[in-house]
Amino acid sequence: MARPHILPLTTPLTVRVAALVLSVALAGPAMAQEAGRRVVSLGGAVTEIVYALGEQDRLAARDSTSTFPVEATALPDVGYVRALSPEGVLSVAPDMILAEESSGPQETLDVLEAAQVPLVVVPDGYDGPAIRRKIEIVAEALGVPEKGEALAAEVEATLAEAVEGARPDQPVRVLFVLSMQGGRIMAAGRGSSAEAIISLAGGVNALEGFNGYSQVSDEAVLEAAPEVILMMERGGDHGGDSADVLAHPVLGQTPAAETGAVLRLPGLLLLGFGPRTPEAVTALSSALKAARP
Amino acid sequence: MAAPALSDRPSPLRRLAAAEGDRRPRARLAALALTALLLVICVLSLGVGASGTSLPAALWQAFNGEEIAMRDRLILFDIRLPRLAMGMLVGAALAVSGAVMQGLFRNPLADPGLVGVGAGAGLGAILAIVLGGLLPLALRDGLGYALVPVAAFAGGWVTTVLLYRIATREGRTSVAVMLLAGIALAALAGAISGVLVYMADDSQLRDLTFWGLGSLAGATWGKVLVAGPLIGLALAATSFLAHALNALALGEAPAAHLGIPVQRMKRLAVVSVAAATGAAVAVSGGIGFIGIVVPHLLRLIIGPDHRLLLPNAALLGASLLLVADMISRTIIAPAELPIGIVTAVIGGPFFLWILLRNRAGLDL
Repeated sequence: MARPHILPLTTPLTVRVAALVLSVALAGPAMAQEAGRRVVSLGGAVTEIVYALGEQDRLAARDSTSTFPVEATALPDVGYVRALSPEGVLSVAPDMILAEESSGPQETLDVLEAAQVPLVVVPDGYDGPAIRRKIEIVAEALGVPEKGEALAAEVEATLAEAVEGARPDQPVRVLFVLSMQGGRIMAAGRGSSAEAIISLAGGVNALEGFNGYSQVSDEAVLEAAPEVILMMERGGDHGGDSADVLAHPVLGQTPAAETGAVLRLPGLLLLGFGPRTPEAVTALSSALKAARP
Repeated sequence: MAAPALSDRPSPLRRLAAAEGDRRPRARLAALALTALLLVICVLSLGVGASGTSLPAALWQAFNGEEIAMRDRLILFDIRLPRLAMGMLVGAALAVSGAVMQGLFRNPLADPGLVGVGAGAGLGAILAIVLGGLLPLALRDGLGYALVPVAAFAGGWVTTVLLYRIATREGRTSVAVMLLAGIALAALAGAISGVLVYMADDSQLRDLTFWGLGSLAGATWGKVLVAGPLIGLALAATSFLAHALNALALGEAPAAHLGIPVQRMKRLAVVSVAAATGAAVAVSGGIGFIGIVVPHLLRLIIGPDHRLLLPNAALLGASLLLVADMISRTIIAPAELPIGIVTAVIGGPFFLWILLRNRAGLDL
């Protein structure tokens, strides 16, 4: 099959992209059979994008964070995305690996590279353009760029709409609690994925002064005075239901606890930054509006 | 000198170990059996994995002069073989280090963790994971993913040297001071680790958790080449210790009267344990239990003579870790269970069972 790169590199970008799209469109069915028929998808958002593109039949396996849609969980699970074992991934005989940026460890990726399985890294990012980039890269890798463009445009439009609809009169102060194991609060700070989704949904992160996710002191939580406490809906050690939050010696003293404004949304929906992010924005913003006394 | 404590009291062990006094024939038999066991396990280990790659099929192809498929070759020679080598090295290192520590401290609970190697190596690894991003870019890129193992080894080494300095006064090393200072240093290292864990972000925390559980999944030839010579040298050095450790069972003064250079021997023991364990922990993370289970199991069968105990511990430790690794990589394939979980789950109950059967006879 002719490679797409037949034009000189000096050709203007638009022409090259057009030619690439055209050649892929013409060769589409044939190419789809050539590469990417057994794809391992690593990362919840990446798997969601593959499903949203309608290319799920080409998936051979997924990682343990890929839990949406439910059908994806029927695929073989190659383990946690940051602790992959090379033989596990190779055992499903993949001819392509789509991996979110944080996949690892590096040793495993090196072995996979030596196995000459094409590895497509999908960069992380917590905003609209990042979602578009993820979709474009996955679609390009799977040889369906026109489907990708359609999906990206659709997600962009619905996201813009959701963000527009989310705009509040006055932003709500939201505290994102990642976990509260043993009473210690792990919360979202500046630059975290949780902060990004909170601000898209018309809220403002109640905590600043640290980056990413970190354990925070009780006093800092009181000082932050969140009006809403946001958590992930997930079982196990992340647990603690709303009653636990209200009974927590510090969280129970916040304005959010007084009005009972404790929200739970599925973690992958909330923090995945994939095709469902508009849905997450809408769900979160309407919950924020409802929580406002 | 052989088997002083075990043979002079009636116990179920007596039936188990019918040979009074001289158990060397039994130990030689055990060494043969363990060597055979290790060989069988090595072959099995090369043949077992998440993928369907089969060793006999590949060998048959090679025998017939056919080209082995690229993927099979990669799985056999770049995934399973380095993993096998690393498993043997780490298992042997942990088991022999455990036996040496128990002999040196004359304490059945001693393991390499007591001389601070474990805690120090852990601290080094945590430092690298949490603060690695602050290093100058050139240094970080130069070390690549060797950063964590190198830091772990350095951490274990520094703690051991520090401990040795603390315990040595006027050229004499006090084993008791070393034991107590080891506990204090481990607590200190634990506290610093705690501060770093507090500073760690979400993804670093997840890396820490997986490092702490231990795994051979990251085995590469590069790591084997780094850890291999260190562990090999350390194990070779311990073979000179066997006679001295036997004498030391009588106490330090009697050992000195027997002509044992006690001070030099203690230094050699500590240095080789630090090197072996430091290298093992650095490449595979925290794998527990091998250092306790293997030496005790062997003492019950072949007696406490270190000349026989140390080589057999190396063989059994290697076999045990390889079996645990086979379980860890196949039980939830294609995903993988951290090997520390496997060693604890099979090691714990098995060790308890042995203890319950032989508790009357166990007296180190």
